[in-house]
Formats: sequence, C-alpha cells, structure tokens
Amino acid sequence: MKKIATGNKAVAEAVKQVVPAVVAAYPITPQTEIVEQIAEFVTSGELKSRYIAVESEHSAMAACIGASITGVRTFTATSSHGLLYMHEMTNWAAGARLPIVMANVNRSLGPGWNIWAEHTDAMQERDTGWLQVYVSTVQEAYDAIIMAFRIAEHHDVLLPVMVNLDGFLLSHIMQPLDTIEPGDFIPPLSLPYAIDVTNPAGYGGLTGPDQHFKFRWDIERSMRDSVTVIEETEKEFAKRFGRRYGFTENYRCEDAEIIIVSLGTLGKETEVAIDLLRKEGIRAGSMRLRWLRPFPDLSLLKGKQVVVIDRDYSFGRGGILATEIVAQTKEDVFSVIAGLGGQEVTYEDVADFVRKRRVGTEFWFGVNANV
Amino acid sequence: MFEIRIHSRGGQGGVTAARLLALAAIHDGKYATAAPFYGAERRGAPIVSFVRIDETPIRVYSQIKKPDMVVVLDASVMDVVDVLQGLKSGGKVLINSQQKKEFAGYAFCNVDLTGIALREKLVVSGSPILNTPVIGALAKMGIVSVDSAKKAIREMFTDERNVKVAEAAYQELIV
Amino acid sequence: MIDRRVAKARSPIRSQPLQELDTIAEIPKEEYVLKCSSACAGCSDSLALRYVLKAAGPDTVLVIPACCTSVIQGIYPNTAFNVPVYNIAFGAAAACASGMSNAFRGAGKKTNVIVYAGDGGTLDIGIQAMSGAFERGTDFLYICYDNEAYGNTGMQRSGATPLGAKTTTTPTGKTDFKKDIDGIIAAHDPPYMATAAAAYPQDLFKKVQKALSFRGPSFIHVLAPCPPGWRYSTEKTVEMGKLAVKSGIWVLYEREYGKLSIGAQSKVAMKKPIPLEDYLSPQGRFKGIDPKNVEILKQRIAKNFAKLAAEEASS
Repeated sequence: MKKIATGNKAVAEAVKQVVPAVVAAYPITPQTEIVEQIAEFVTSGELKSRYIAVESEHSAMAACIGASITGVRTFTATSSHGLLYMHEMTNWAAGARLPIVMANVNRSLGPGWNIWAEHTDAMQERDTGWLQVYVSTVQEAYDAIIMAFRIAEHHDVLLPVMVNLDGFLLSHIMQPLDTIEPGDFIPPLSLPYAIDVTNPAGYGGLTGPDQHFKFRWDIERSMRDSVTVIEETEKEFAKRFGRRYGFTENYRCEDAEIIIVSLGTLGKETEVAIDLLRKEGIRAGSMRLRWLRPFPDLSLLKGKQVVVIDRDYSFGRGGILATEIVAQTKEDVFSVIAGLGGQEVTYEDVADFVRKRRVGTEFWFGVNANV
Repeated sequence: MFEIRIHSRGGQGGVTAARLLALAAIHDGKYATAAPFYGAERRGAPIVSFVRIDETPIRVYSQIKKPDMVVVLDASVMDVVDVLQGLKSGGKVLINSQQKKEFAGYAFCNVDLTGIALREKLVVSGSPILNTPVIGALAKMGIVSVDSAKKAIREMFTDERNVKVAEAAYQELIV
Repeated sequence: MIDRRVAKARSPIRSQPLQELDTIAEIPKEEYVLKCSSACAGCSDSLALRYVLKAAGPDTVLVIPACCTSVIQGIYPNTAFNVPVYNIAFGAAAACASGMSNAFRGAGKKTNVIVYAGDGGTLDIGIQAMSGAFERGTDFLYICYDNEAYGNTGMQRSGATPLGAKTTTTPTGKTDFKKDIDGIIAAHDPPYMATAAAAYPQDLFKKVQKALSFRGPSFIHVLAPCPPGWRYSTEKTVEMGKLAVKSGIWVLYEREYGKLSIGAQSKVAMKKPIPLEDYLSPQGRFKGIDPKNVEILKQRIAKNFAKLAAEEASS
C-alpha cells in the first residue's frame, strides 16, 4: 500500500521495523512526533521495546548507554538544545563504542528562541566520534534509520550513528513512503564486550596517558573502516530494496563547471535551481553531501568552481561545510551562509547565488554583503 | 507542478486536508507533498498549508509563492490575510462559504462545507469537520479523482460519514 | 513496556528468605573488592562497598559516576572489583542505571543494578537524573556514600558538607546547612530507603539485602568518614562513624513503604547522646568552629530526633 508520512513519522516507522530493546527519549520541538509515535507503538504493543520517558536529554543518552552496554539495541531522538544538552553523553557513547542510533531533527540554537531548521546543532557534534548522515526526503529518513543500525552494529564500526533531518522542512512535510521488512538485513545485535556478570570487567575506568591515546586512535581507525561498511550497506540495501544511496548525491555533475554543495533539503531544492541554470546555459551541478562523518572523498570538486551553502556557522571562522571542503580540496570556494533559523531559501535564491558567485568570498544571504 | 495553498485557522483541519489531498493525488499515481507552515501551535490563529502535485518527484521545500490554486476553509481569514497573494492569473479559488464571491481574473467556486458537516453532525470539540468535505469539492474541481479521494479518506478515518460529506460537497459544488 | 509500570509494585522479587545475621562471622567470605584497590588508607568508602557487594552477590552490576570509587577501582587494564563496573559521567549514574535496569528486565534478567555514588554525584550534579529514575520507578538500588565533600578532587564543598566544616572552597567553614537528601528521596516515596554507616557493616549488609528484595527504586545513604578530607588519623575511621551515630548527627533508620523504624544504636543516642564535641574535636575540618555553629548543629540534631521520633510513633 502506498503510504504518506512525515519525516518524523517515517523515523518512528523505521524504528518499529528494527525493534530496539530500549528507547529513551525526551520530547523537543520539532522532534516530538517521533517520541509520541514510538510511545504509541509501545503502548499499543506494536513495538516490543521498553520506552523510558527520561527527564532530560542528558539522561536519554545516559540511559541508552546503560542499556546498550548490556548488549541490546537502543534508539533515541532529539533536536537542537536537546542535542547540546546530551553533548557530554554523546562523547561518552562514542568513546564507549556503543552502536546507539539517534535521529536529530536539525534546529537552530537560542537565544532568541527559534524552532526552525539549521545545521549548527549537529555540526557542534562533529568531533564526538558519531557517524553523521543528513537526509533530504521522508523516504531517505526511513531508509537511513534502518541502515544506521546495520552500520553502527558492524564489528568494524561499533560507533553510534546520528541521522539528521531538517526541522519542519522535512520533519513535518508529508511525502510518499514505502516501508520495508528488513528481515536479516538487520542481523541480531552481537556486542563483543557486553556486560557479563559471569566474566566481570571494568568499563571506562581510569585510563592513563600511555593507554588513552590508543582508544582514541581505535575510534579513528573504525571511523576510517566505516567508509567500506557504509558503502557495502548501501549497496546491499539497493540490491534488496531498490533504493540507492551514496556518500553524496550528485545531480548533473558530469559536465558541470560549477558545483553547488549543500546538505539536507536544500540539496533537493538546489537540483531545481540547477535545471533553471542549465536553461540559461550555465553548466552547473549539485552535490548533496549525505555523510559528514566520516567525511567523504570530494575529489570530484577538483578544478571546478564550487559554491557551498552552509545552514550553519562557526563564528570567527566561517561556514563549517565550506571550511571542511576547502581543507580537503585546497581550493577556494564561494561560501554562502543561508537558511539560518529557518530563513526561507528558494531554488530561485540558490540560482542567484550561482549567478552572483565570487569564489574566494563569503556571502550572507539576507545581509546582502560579500565579505 | 500544481501548487495549492490552503488557508484555515489552527484546529480547523487545514493540515489534515493538505495531507488527504496529497494522499489522494498519490493514489492517482502522481507525486505529492503536503507541508504545513509551522509557527508555535496556536488554536484559532490563521495558518497556511501547502500541497504540491506533480508527475515527477517533488524537490522543492520552500513555501509556495505563486500558487495555482487557493483553498479557504474559513472565510473570516480573508479579513486579515490576502489569500489571493501571488495567485497565478486565472488561478482557481475554492471558498467555504454560502455566498458566492467573485474576483476578476480568477476561477471562483464556493460551497458550504460547514453546513454540510453540520448536517451530518460531523463535529469534533465543537468545530465542524472541514477537511473531509473539502476533498470532495476538490475532486469535483478535478484536482484529484473521486475514487482516490474516497480511498484517502477511508485510510485516514474510520467514520463513514467522512465519505458522505465528501460526496455531498462533490454534489453541491457548482463548477 | 513503559518504565513507570514498576513504580508502585509492592512485591519482593526474590523467593529465598533474607539472611538473618547474628554475628559478623556470618557475612559471606567471598570478596568483591579485591586487594589491588587504590583506596586511601582508612577509606570507609571501600569498607562500605566491601559489604554492599557481599550482600548483593555476583549477579550485580555497579554503576559509578565520577567519584572516589572511580579511583578506588584501579587503573586500566586492571579492575579491583569482582563484579562488572560501568563508569559514567558525573551527573548521569541514575539515568545510566535506568537504561541498564530496563535492558536487563526486558531480557528477563534479575541482575542487581546498583548505583554507588558519592555525595556530589547524588546531592548536587546527579540529583536530576536520580529524581527522574526514582519517579519512573526504576528497579535499582541507589547507594550514596557520603564523605560530605568532593573527595577525589581534594575536598571541595558539596551540598552534603555540614555547617561549619572547612573544605578547600570553604576555608573558614561552610556557612550553609547540609542538604536533606533523605527528605528529598522520601518525597519520591520509594518502597525502601535507609541510612547506614560504614562503621556498622552488619547493619549495612542487612539493609542492602533488604533493599535488593524490593522491586522498584531503593535508596541507602551511607555515612563514609574520610581521613584526609575530614583530617583525622586513618585508624579512627570506624570510630568516627560510631561517634557520628552516638552524637546523633547521623541517625540510622530505614523506611519500608513509608513506615519508619529507627535503628537500635540511634535509639540509644536519642535517649542519651554523647556530646557533639566528642565527634567534632578529633576532626581537623571543624577546628576553630564558631561555638554558635556548634549550638545550631546541636539544635538541629534535637529537632531531627523529635521529627523522627514523631514519625516513627505515628507510622
């Protein structure tokens, strides 16, 4: 049956298919529908999970950590201030090598209170050891959650995964959704170091300078190994369920002279801008970055004029995505800061960014100044 | 791409109407998205919802600026909001009203959705249900097929009166 | 299953009767705090933990936030505890245990989940997570060992530091009262809560066994005198705990489904307490305490006695 669902609902539906033993979450706009739906599934018996209605996001992640280390599958969802409130524990989850999956509904940070889409929340988590994927459709949100469990739980990875979807733009939009039966695509979780009372061990105790760096390196090694695991998982998903994903989604890039790089729903809006620009004879293409961690190989951008749209910012440095891309390609870009706090950005605006590009500068949309 | 903007007040079912319409369009074999424009959730405040229908996947997430059609579930919204803003020349307008209204350059229709809902006593928390009859009216205007409209309503509501009000709106709307 | 379900469940989960102990010789010989621990000399935290784990037995997981116990457990790759120990960030122990308990119960396991946290991790930074876990009826035992300051960072004041006590952040003595964490816990109405002291291991042992026999959250507040922090000589650790009870500044009691019973040792103290000065004067932290503060402390002891006696009489 053809279904229609919001991004939030799709996340909850995916969680229902994967059946985590424990879901611990705290409601926050615009993520609330995810926890409401999961609580409803659990209450009605459709989902055989334990739902812990924790008193904060810090506790949500702590509860996921406590559950996960016993060797069971866990899930949480949050947004914005909630994500930052659990920041201490997101570091802990990755350091403890726990395959927790989280949906983060991207939203700006206060003050002033603003509930609309922005990527700065997740960007502030980029150094924690979590894998991060950004999605652009309801279907992709659903598929990404299911794949996230398989990737996180793979023994070459054993790191948590954050699936990011744009607040309201994607969390609340209704689009078609095809649900799947994952079957053995999601094998039973086997955590190699789960708590075993017959073989007691200490977890996360005092670790001296001669040992600690080894654990850090081990995270990085797994992060690098995760590239292959992500590729294999997405390949296997395409084989079984017919939908293909990659580290980036490239649109009309083959012969492009100019490539626009963006994240999330803006990446889809940009494709419409590309069609517009092509009609004007401008050879532009769109690269929608899906995985931010591990950061993909963007050699496709070499020698092209690159326009990067950041829905985030690092004050005193620049657009975070632009900064990362420049660091990898060693080439200047036209850095556009647009869409902060849900600022409306249309495909016509995106086309205009391209028309008015000045590589090597930064442009704040709405402020209308190249700086 | 066919773009529809729905005007209503918080709690009147404008968001559900958008969702039903998108679902019906999908049943017609098309692509569709329905997006409410969200602020803080306030009952009674004027709100807009957007529906896009197309033959190919829809990649636009920004708000609808130049709609092909405007639906007004609560005519009192017209006192505070310019519902015709950006409406394409010759664009369609559907208003929930007993009175016929005319604006030059647009294809106007009106139907008394409130009256239809009240006749069937389809009232929740004191508000007549408008989201299901409006789908019948939209079917009459050719936006979605009647079969798909009924199918969408039955998927989302178990009370068969919702189909009945949609049929009534279909009958009573004069195109 | 929604976590709240267990909140008001009133049936013990264990079928075997609780051990009745007449002498300390009947406490199990098995050791779970091993000889390689890195506790300070005269540490009563590890003394208390020794009996906690003897009472709990091997089917137990210890959750510890940042506290003295995270030092005492030893340095990776070694561990001084013969049960699994999960370390978690300072404010997160109860929440972590909440997840762990739900995972075990969901898998049909009866494994004891015990939080063993200091006063800072309980009264201060961890109070939100603890309150949440108690409100949700989490099936676990929360033990707060109270050395009345932030011990492993070198004795800074905590919410548990008593009036007049010197710490590194109250160099002239604390000007505020000790927070009534037991009153806060009691407001959550757990099936079982108790106070204990490392100086009375048999009492502690029994209370831990009893606490673990209840389904839902239980709480034990253990006084844990600290030689370097309180500034007394190491051999006096047990004596210090006993003086605290005898003077009445620490009262041993338990509350079962809200019904209070005051311990025998404290009943004696309530009839005829030793002078508070006998407890204060061996401790460097109270050196030079304002006599007015000593009077205030005495008044509060008397007030607390009266309150507890009235509660016991009415319950």
